[in-house]
Formats: sequence, C-alpha cells, structure tokens
Amino acid sequence: MATRTENSTSRIPVWRSTVVLKAAMAVSGLVLVGYLLAHMYGNLKVFAGQEAFDEYAHHLRELGEPMLPYAGALWIIRVVLLAAIGAHIYSAVTLWRRSRAATGGQGGNRYASSKAKRGSQRSYASFTMRWGGVVIVLFVIYHLMHFTWNTVAPGGASDSPYERVVNGFEIWWVVLSYTIALLAVGFHLRHGVWASLASLGANTSPRRRRQLNILATVVAAVITVGFLLPPFGIFFGLVG
Amino acid sequence: MNITLRIWRQKNSDAPGAMQTYQVADVSPDMSFLEMLDVLNEQLTVAGDDPIAFDSDCREGICGMCGLVINGLAHGPNDMVTTCQLHMRSFSDGDVIDVEPWRAQPFTVIKDLIVDRSSFDRIIQAGGYISAPTGTAPDAHAAPVPKADADAAFDAATCIGCGACVAACPNGSASLFVAAKITHLGLLPQGQPERDSRALDMLAQHDHEGFGGCTQIGECTAACPKGIQLDLISRMNRDVLGALSHRR
Amino acid sequence: MSVTSQPFYTDGEPIADTKAPEVPMSQKWDQRRFDAKLVNPTNRRKRSVIIVGTGLAGGAAAATLGEAGYHVKNFCYQDSPRRAHSIAAQGGINAAKNYRNDGDSIHRLFYDTVKGGDYRSRESNVYRLAQTSVEIIDQCVAQGVPFAREYGGLLDNRSFGGVQVSRTFYARGQTGQQLLIGAYQALERQIAAGTVEMHTRHEMLDVIVIDGRARGIVARDMVTGEVETHMADAVVLGTGGYGNVFFLSTNAMGCNVTASWRAHRKGAYFSNPCYTQIHPTCIPVSGDHQSKLTLMSESLRNDGRIWVPRDGDDKRDPRQIPESERDYYLERRYPAFGNLVPRDVASRAAKQVCDEGRGVGPGGRGVYLDFADAIERMGRETVEAKYGNLFDMYAQITGENPYETPMRIYPAVHYTMGGLWVDYDLQSSVPGLFVIGEANFSDHGANRLGASALMQGLADGYFVLPPMLSHYLAEAPFGEAGADHPEAVATADGVRARIETFLSIDGSRTVDSFHRELGHIMWEYCGMERTKEGLTKAIGLIRELREEFWRDVKVSGVNEELNQTLERAGRVADFIELGELMCIDALHREESCGGHFRAEHQTEEGEALRDDENFAYVAAWEFGGDGGSPILHKEDLVYTEIEMKQRSYK
Ligand SMILES: Cc1cc2nc3c(=O)[nH]c(=O)nc-3n(C[C@H](O)[C@H](O)[C@H](O)COP(=O)(O)OP(=O)(O)OC[C@H]3O[C@@H](n4cnc5c(N)ncnc54)[C@H](O)[C@@H]3O)c2cc1C
Ligand code: HEM
Ligand code: HEM
Ligand code: SF4
Ligand code: F3S
Ligand code: FES
Repeated sequence: MATRTENSTSRIPVWRSTVVLKAAMAVSGLVLVGYLLAHMYGNLKVFAGQEAFDEYAHHLRELGEPMLPYAGALWIIRVVLLAAIGAHIYSAVTLWRRSRAATGGQGGNRYASSKAKRGSQRSYASFTMRWGGVVIVLFVIYHLMHFTWNTVAPGGASDSPYERVVNGFEIWWVVLSYTIALLAVGFHLRHGVWASLASLGANTSPRRRRQLNILATVVAAVITVGFLLPPFGIFFGLVG
Repeated sequence: MNITLRIWRQKNSDAPGAMQTYQVADVSPDMSFLEMLDVLNEQLTVAGDDPIAFDSDCREGICGMCGLVINGLAHGPNDMVTTCQLHMRSFSDGDVIDVEPWRAQPFTVIKDLIVDRSSFDRIIQAGGYISAPTGTAPDAHAAPVPKADADAAFDAATCIGCGACVAACPNGSASLFVAAKITHLGLLPQGQPERDSRALDMLAQHDHEGFGGCTQIGECTAACPKGIQLDLISRMNRDVLGALSHRR
Repeated sequence: MSVTSQPFYTDGEPIADTKAPEVPMSQKWDQRRFDAKLVNPTNRRKRSVIIVGTGLAGGAAAATLGEAGYHVKNFCYQDSPRRAHSIAAQGGINAAKNYRNDGDSIHRLFYDTVKGGDYRSRESNVYRLAQTSVEIIDQCVAQGVPFAREYGGLLDNRSFGGVQVSRTFYARGQTGQQLLIGAYQALERQIAAGTVEMHTRHEMLDVIVIDGRARGIVARDMVTGEVETHMADAVVLGTGGYGNVFFLSTNAMGCNVTASWRAHRKGAYFSNPCYTQIHPTCIPVSGDHQSKLTLMSESLRNDGRIWVPRDGDDKRDPRQIPESERDYYLERRYPAFGNLVPRDVASRAAKQVCDEGRGVGPGGRGVYLDFADAIERMGRETVEAKYGNLFDMYAQITGENPYETPMRIYPAVHYTMGGLWVDYDLQSSVPGLFVIGEANFSDHGANRLGASALMQGLADGYFVLPPMLSHYLAEAPFGEAGADHPEAVATADGVRARIETFLSIDGSRTVDSFHRELGHIMWEYCGMERTKEGLTKAIGLIRELREEFWRDVKVSGVNEELNQTLERAGRVADFIELGELMCIDALHREESCGGHFRAEHQTEEGEALRDDENFAYVAAWEFGGDGGSPILHKEDLVYTEIEMKQRSYK
C-alpha cells in the first residue's frame, strides 16, 4: 500500500473546513442565545401587566428613533437573526452531511452491536442536536405565524400583543406545544452552549470542560424555565 | 470460561461482510483478548477454516496497530487500554461478545477486522512535522522549554495513532488525533515557525480524507487508550482560527 | 578443542574489516568521512536506494537519504512506518553530552559500551557510536521529540543500566515511541516531498544479487498477495532483531529474521547469532496461550527487592512468609551491587533459584520483586509517582495489585546482539547490501548496555549510513538491472515457488505450534545457560522439527489475499534455520561471555569465564547451502584503546 498524499487540488478550502464551519455555527448559535435571553426578559414583563408589556413591545419598535426609522432597530435585529439562522443552518447541514458521509450515513449507530448504543459517556442532549434543531425551526415558523404575522390566532386575535399572548396561553394545547418546543430548545442549548464555547477555543483543561458544561446546563435551564413561566403563569391564572 | 463471539467477517474491501458466531471454550481469565482470538484461530486453522484476520504487533499498548470495536466500544469496555491490553478477566463465563472493525468511511475494511488507516499518515505528511534537516540542529540546550510546556507537549505526543477516536466518534471525526499532533508540536519553541501552516494543512487533509467535523461529543477521549484530552481539540481550533486571522 | 562441534561447520578464511582508516581512534570517523566520495546533488535523483525497515534505523536513514535527494523506496510490514518495533522501547537513549558534568565523555561512553559488551565488539565502531551520540540528541530535540525536562527547562538525564554517570535521555517510559515518531515525521515529510516512496504492508522475501552486488528485493504486498520486484542501486536492511526465534520474547508479534536470513542465504555473513540478551524484569508466563512477554522497566530494580522462599515448594501467600524464610538471593550473593547486578547476572540467578524448585507463581517460573520495604520507606505516594504506570500495567496483565502483594518477574528474551556482519561502512559481505540498527552485529558485542540500542539505531540511520552509502553510490551506475533481468526474475520465481509450497503442504499442524516448539527448544538449550550436550541435542531436535515443518505444516487460504498464516509460515521457516545456526554458534564458542553463558565455562562462584586467548573474535558465518554446513570466518578483535578485563560485580 503506497501512502503518498495524492494531488491535493480537490482539497476543501479553509473557510469551508470543519473547524471554520463549526466556528460559524458556534458564533451564530451564541447570537441566537443572546437573542433568546433578551426575548425571555421581555416576555417576563407579562407579569408586570398589560400596559408594561404593550409598552415594551411598542418601545422595541421606537428603539433608536429618530436616527432609525420606526421599527428600524427591530429590523436590524431581524436581519442579524436571519443571518445567524442562515449561517447556523448552512453550517449545521454541511457538517451533518459530512458526518453522515464519514459514517456511512449511520452516525453513532454504525456498529452491528447494540450493546453500546449510547456510547460510553455522551449526553442525551448531544444526540438530539440535529433533529432538535429541526423541531426548533418548525416551532419558530409556527411561533411567527402566531405572534408576528398573526396568521394563526388560537384563543382570539387582538391588536395588543399582551392580549394575544394571554389569549393563546389559556388554551392547553398551545401551552403544551410551547413546552415541547422549549424542552427542545433546552436540550439544544445544554449541549450547544458547551459545544460552541469549546469549538471557539474556550475549553482549556479537563476542569474547564466541567465548568463549561455546568454553565451550559445553567443557561439551558434558565432559558427553558424563563420562557415557560409566562405560559404556565397565564394558564394557571396568575396573570391578568 | 466459555465465550460466544459474534465477529465481523469480510473477505476483502469489495465483498459484503456479516457477523458470524463462534464458540471458544476453556478461556483462561489470564488470556488477553487477542490471545483468545489466537486460540480461536488455531481451532479454525486445524478445522480448515479461514482464520480471522486482525492487526496487532507490539501487544503492549504502544504501537497502535491493534484495534477492535468490542461490544460497540472502541478498544472494549475498559478505560485507558488498547485492545491488546484487554484481558479476559474483564468478561464472564457465558458472555456473548460482539467484535467489529473500526468503522469510518476513510477506514476501508481490508479484511475481517483489519482496516486501512493510511489516511493518518497522509495527515502527518500534510504538515505534522518540524522541518529539521539532519545534521543542522543547534545544541539541544540552545532553546530551553518550560517544564509545563514540555510536559503538556509530551501528554499530547503519547497518541499512538490507533484510530479509536475515529471509531468512537459519532461524526467519524479524527479531530482528537489531529489535535494531539498539532498540540505536541505547537507547544514547543521548535514548532512555532510552522505552527500556522501546520494547523491549516493538517486540517485541510483531515477534511479531504473524508473525516467528519467535531461537535464536541467527547466519545473520542473516552475511547482513547492514551487519555488524550478533549481540550486539545479546542486548542486546535484556536490554532486554526488564529492562523486564519494571521493570514490577513 | 571443539572436536565434537567440528562436524557442524567448516572453517573458512579469516576476515578483516579494512575500512576504518589507520589513524588514531578519535580521528577515524572524521577521516573516513573525508575520504568518502561524494555524489553531486544533481546526480542524486538518479540514484535509487531500497531501505527495508522503518524503525529508528530504517526510518531515520530513509528520511535522511530522501532529504539528501536520493530516490528512496522504503518498506515495512506494518500498516504505518510509525509502528516499527522501536516504538516499544521504554527506558531511554544514551548520549555522551555530559550535561550533568559528572565526568562523562565520549571516551567513557565508548569504554562502558565495550566493557558492557564483554569485550566482544569492534572498537572502531563503538567509538564512532559514542561520538555520534551527541549529535543524535540535538537532532531529535530539533524535530520536537519531547524529552523529559527539568524545572529550568533543560533536558533531564538519568543513570541507567548500572553505569555511574547520568547520560540517559528519556521521555517518561516511552522513549522509543517519541524518538520513532520524530523519525517518522521526518520520513513523512520526505514522502510528501516525493523523495521517498513508502510501501507499507509489504514484506521483503528475498534480495536480488546481480554480478555480486545487491540490486533489489522481492517483496510481497500483504494485502493483494502480489509478489513484486523492486530494483535499486543499493539495498539497506534495517529490519530489527530476531528475538522471536524463542517464540516468547518482548519483541512485537511480527518481528522476524526473514530479511536478514534471506540475505544470509544470498551471501551475507551472519555474525554471533548466539548472543542474545535476556532481560531480568519481565512479567512471567501465565499459561500456554501466552503470545508474547511484556517487559517492565529495569528501573524497578532500583527500589524493589528480589527474593524467593528459602525452601522449595512453599505455596504460602508471600505476605505470610516471614523474613527469616525468605532468600534475597541477589543481595546475598552480590553484596556490593545487590539487586542492581547487570541483566545477564540477574537473569541467570533467577533461573538458578527456579531450577532449584524455589520459583513462585504458575509453573514455578518466577521470583518476587517486592516493594513492601520501599513503600514503607518512601510512602505509597512516592512509589506511585515513580512507578505508577508500571504498577498499573502489571495489574492490568496479571490482575494482581502490586501495592499489596509482591510482583512476580522472570527473565525473557529481549534483544539480539548478533546480526548480519558489516564493515566499518555498515556494508555487509555482499557489496551494495548495507545493514543498520539491531539487524547488524556491530556495536554491542556479547551484551548490550541499557539505552544503547536506540542510540545505535539513530546513529546508523541519521549519521553513519548516509555518507557511507553515498560513497558507494558514487561508483554507480553498476550496469543495467531491471525487473526483467534474469536474476531478478529467478529470485521472484523462487519466492513464488516457496509460497506455493507452503500452501500445498496441507498438513495437520499449525504454524504457531511449530513456532512454539522451536521456542521451547531454543529457550531450554540455547537460552540463559547452554551446555555442549544441550546444544548438540537441540541441533538434532531442530533438524527434526524442520523436516516435520516442511512435511506437515498447515497453511490455509490463498496467496492472493491478506493471509496472516502464510506470512507467519515464511517467518517460522526462517527462524527454524536460524535456530540451528544459533545453536552451532553457541556450541562452537567454548567460553562464556556477555549474554552467552556456557555452563562448562564458569568460575567457582558461578560467574562467566571468558577465553580471550581463543575467542576474542567475531564469528561470521557464511551460508553453506541447503544441507551443507555453515562456514566460519573469524574477524579478530584487536583492542588498542581498552584493555580486556574480567567483569566482577561482587
Ligand atoms: C520492549 C523493548 C524495550 C526496549 N527498550 C530499550 C531502551 O530503553 N533503550 C534502548 O536503547 N533500546 C531498547 N530496546 C531495544 C531497541 O528498541 C531496538 O533494538 C531498536 O529499536 C531496534 O531498531 P531497528 O530500527 O533496528 O529495528 P525495528 O524498530 O525493529 O524496525 C524493524 C523494521 O523492519 C521492518 N521489517 C522487518 N522485517 C521486514 C521484512 N521482512 N520486510 C519488510 N519490512 C520488515 C519492520 O516493519 C520495521 O519497520 C528495547 C526493545 C524492546 C523489545
Ligand atoms: C413562551 C414563550 C414565548 C413567548 C410568550 C413569545 C412571545 C413572542 C411575541 C409576543 C412575539 C412578538 C413580538 C412582536 O412582534 O412584538 C415574539 C416574537 C418572536 N419570538 Fe417569541 N415567544 C416565546 C418563545 C420563543 C422562542 C422559544 C423562540 C425561539 C426559539 C422565539 C422566537 C421569536 C422570534 C424569532 C420572534 C420574532 C421577532 C421579530 O423579528 O419580530 N420565541 N415572541
Ligand atoms: C433553526 C434550526 C436549528 C438547527 C437546524 C440547529 C442545528 C444545530 C446543530 C446541528 C448544531 C451542532 C450540534 C453540535 O455541535 O453537536 C447546533 C449547535 C448550536 N445551536 Fe443550533 N440549530 C438550530 C437553531 C438554533 C437556535 C434557535 C439556537 C439558539 C437559541 C441555536 C443555538 C445553537 C448553539 C449555541 C449551538 C452550539 C454551536 C456549536 O456547537 O458550535 N440553534 N445547532
Ligand atoms: S488520539 Fe487516542 S484514540 Fe486517537 S489515535 Fe491517538 S491514541 Fe488513538
Ligand atoms: S467524539 Fe467526535 S464530535 Fe468531537 S469530541 Fe470527539 S471528535
Ligand atoms: S498491538 Fe500494539 S498497541 Fe496493541
């Protein structure tokens, strides 16, 4: 067997290398995490009553005026979010395809033995990144239809964002759907936050690895619980 | 003890393979796993059957030649050991043990449990060295190396190139192997001049060979018989991203 | 004198190595390099070299010659050059750097090596080795070999193998691996540059000799079974040692003598085959299934105490045996050196107590290496820090906890000092065939010092072979010799015919069973202690075994695919032939020296008794043809720098 490197013309350029794609995924993922933290904070205003919440939604649109036109800042946020989601999905899909190609399309299930299907140490969260991500995308579309485009209005439409939210979360299956989505988000972030930081170089020792994993668990838990407070609060009549 | 083995048999890289069942009786707990396979092979040979092909050489955990996926785990159930150092006392009488080759697209099965790992050599060719022509070296004491760096470089250099990290990784990534080499050389003063190009070139070859990317799952480090740590992958990423920023 | 052994061989002309220049010892190498012819850089590309082996010797040579611009073809039987058996070396590598300022010098390393070799090595080669050692360390550090360092950032040294200076450089317990990876990386760099063409999973099965010069090899592609012919201007063998003739040894499973033996059959002299080194601290055999033995670093003898029960057949748990009923036999017999006597002395003493029926463990083949005192003296933590990895390895293999019960150790074959005869230029008796590393006989005499094999491999590969090979190649071209040359075709056909024979015998015994039997014979009669009767008997047994092998071996499968049984069959067939020559060599050498201990030749205290009067020579054996007897050529060993002395470790 001769082991000489063959001509390397078909090499993958560095900006599409696994490491750079992963960095893009990490940065975009962290941007999305940042957005979620802010969004969660906003949502919690629902407990402060209709006025505060509607004021806040309105204020979002006036942010930056008069330097920016009405809703300008919101649009900037939207563009950043879209770019992040685009980059995130592009790199996720590219890496996903490469990883499938590297494993005969079977990933961690490529061995005939069924005795170690869960590997030796991997977390449940790490299994669900890709399909979890798809669940999140489907959720976000549904969520946008619900609150942003107003194409669906379970519980009744309204001009007041506050009312839309309260109307929606009085229905059990709306709460349930959001709960499922947020569990997906939670799992995604449990592995995602650790992985993004490690991929960007923050994992510097076995001890740091443990710390980053704790941080990821905390972030995931805060986001999941923080988002779920309003729906459950509304459902159990603590709001409004 | 009596052991039942389910072993992957495959005539060559083109032929399809399948698991086949064998019995081995009177296995001593002092036998190594490979010695148990030796015994089975003696039986098969005498019976006129084709013995099971598997790689091994040093049989003391240092050459990196051996490597089997045992019960779904690369190098078997024990921590920090190669397949050749796994002993039958880790199993019990009556066990059914599954034995398979490393699997990853770049690791073609050559026969039975033997795979082609020449991709690792090509990754080294791409830049896993320090260019030091014979006879031109300065005195060994010319450049002192802080002990902490020397020790960390050594820890990385203990990688035996066995490929268990790839076999264990759900993405079929060889990141741990590449990272170990990049770290070993990148921590030493001698390794600095080529540090950027080494990281970029080795990574490019890694991707070109068809290994997957790392998503920080950590199965590799759990399977690694030399305990190469996951933070080396983070370090490799820093080196790659750093090299990109220097390029401008 | 050697009346009964006479029929086993015939005497040939004495030989002399005339290549070392007649100048003072310290100038010989400089002078030789200066005298050597050079090859113009633009011509180098036209000169091709085949290098078999990718260990420290072969790998370093291939990298260096590739870098110099020659066209190199490199071969190994493993799947990667990085896995050559050099990788398993643990302890360290010597170099006369005198970084410790403890009185070391080139001359002292030279002296220690000659003395360690029991005055059976060639002075000029050893001197050069000591000189070159200094450059090796520089080279390796430049390549990034992570040697152990001290807090100041400088290289650490330890003393090794009973010498009084600290000159051993090491990388924890993996020195061989780190050095080999350095050479491997340099080699891969040349492969990428296109100067070296690498052929892994290829086994060399013969050399092609045309008009008296080595011009190529026949190798089998171990994946496809194809028998290939490779031609070049010169052939280099760096194929390692042949300790596996004993079946059980610390060598890797694939280590073999095939390359050397095939070259021997083509005219290369085989020197001192009987000089084998037995290492005292290996993990004992646990049963018939055992496939190889594992070495534990000799450093364990620094703190562990070796003992056996005073009375035979003592089956008690070692911890139950009171001090008064223990025999710390090394401390008793060698009060000055105690547990630190040289390898051969320690090994033989262990065999003796086991022969007396006082051995411990399965089969009574083991002695205790006890750390109880050390743990009490230094504390468990210190012991753990110093020896933890060795203890873990022991526990892994034996399933016993060495912190609690004493370890059991037993000697095992470890290194072979004999090998193909080479001159000062490392050229064998076949022009154009060079031999480097453990495969040659040159530097270690009858016994090798610890940490000197790695040094020799790298010295040969990086520094000695390249200029000497260039000198030879400066004479090229040597005439047309393509793969279609009748001699090349005949050699390849011979290889094919032999493979065909293996596959067609279809007998009833497996290859391994023959190998195991050969190993038993060798260990019993040509091992740590040899006698005239034993060796004579062994020769008879080996001849019978050989006959049975060719009649009754069972090799399944076909040639045209990966066939590990076939690979082993060829190796074992060669080992059988080598085994016979080893016994003949041991029988003819009517003295004890280094690793060769003849029971008839010992002092009253049971120490080795050399006979410098009659045996201060290298025995270089010429192949006498199948069925013929080997021909003995003697190269007299003349000592000008060092006076021959009897060793004493009392
Ligand atoms: C367990 C152990 C520990 C040791 N520790 C030390 C130590 O601490 N210090 C020290 O100085 N020495 C030590 N030694 C000895 C030392 O490691 C060896 O002598 C030395 O490494 C041999 O190097 P080499 O290059 O000559 O051969 P090897 O490294 O054995 O290489 C042989 C090469 O030849 C190839 N080859 C062989 N036959 C064929 C064939 N027919 N066709 C194709 N290729 C072939 C192989 O593939 C391999 O690449 C130790 C040895 C052992 C076994
Ligand atoms: C219970 C939890 C949630 C509530 C109550 C909630 C509420 C809202 C509301 C009211 C809006 C409309 C804001 C406006 O247009 O003024 C909105 C927009 C949005 N939400 Fe949520 N949301 C929740 C969870 C999530 C989650 C989990 C995600 C993402 C994973 C998400 C992503 C978005 C996005 C992308 C927008 C559109 C922002 C824009 O561009 O206008 N939301 N959400
Ligand atoms: C839109 C659909 C999404 C898909 C298909 C998707 C997919 C993925 C995939 C495949 C990974 C890599 C998994 C791994 O490293 O193991 C990943 C990582 C990550 N995702 Fe998502 N994701 C999506 C949405 C999101 C959202 C909305 C967020 C933010 C809240 C997010 C945050 C992250 C983070 C932080 C990471 C870690 C980045 C890294 O591993 O480097 N993702 N995602
Ligand atoms: S990193 Fe570990 S598992 Fe991977 S090749 Fe190296 S030693 Fe083997
Ligand atoms: S298991 Fe695979 S995903 Fe990364 S952390 Fe290890 S290479
Ligand atoms: S055979 Fe060498 S590491 Fe297992």
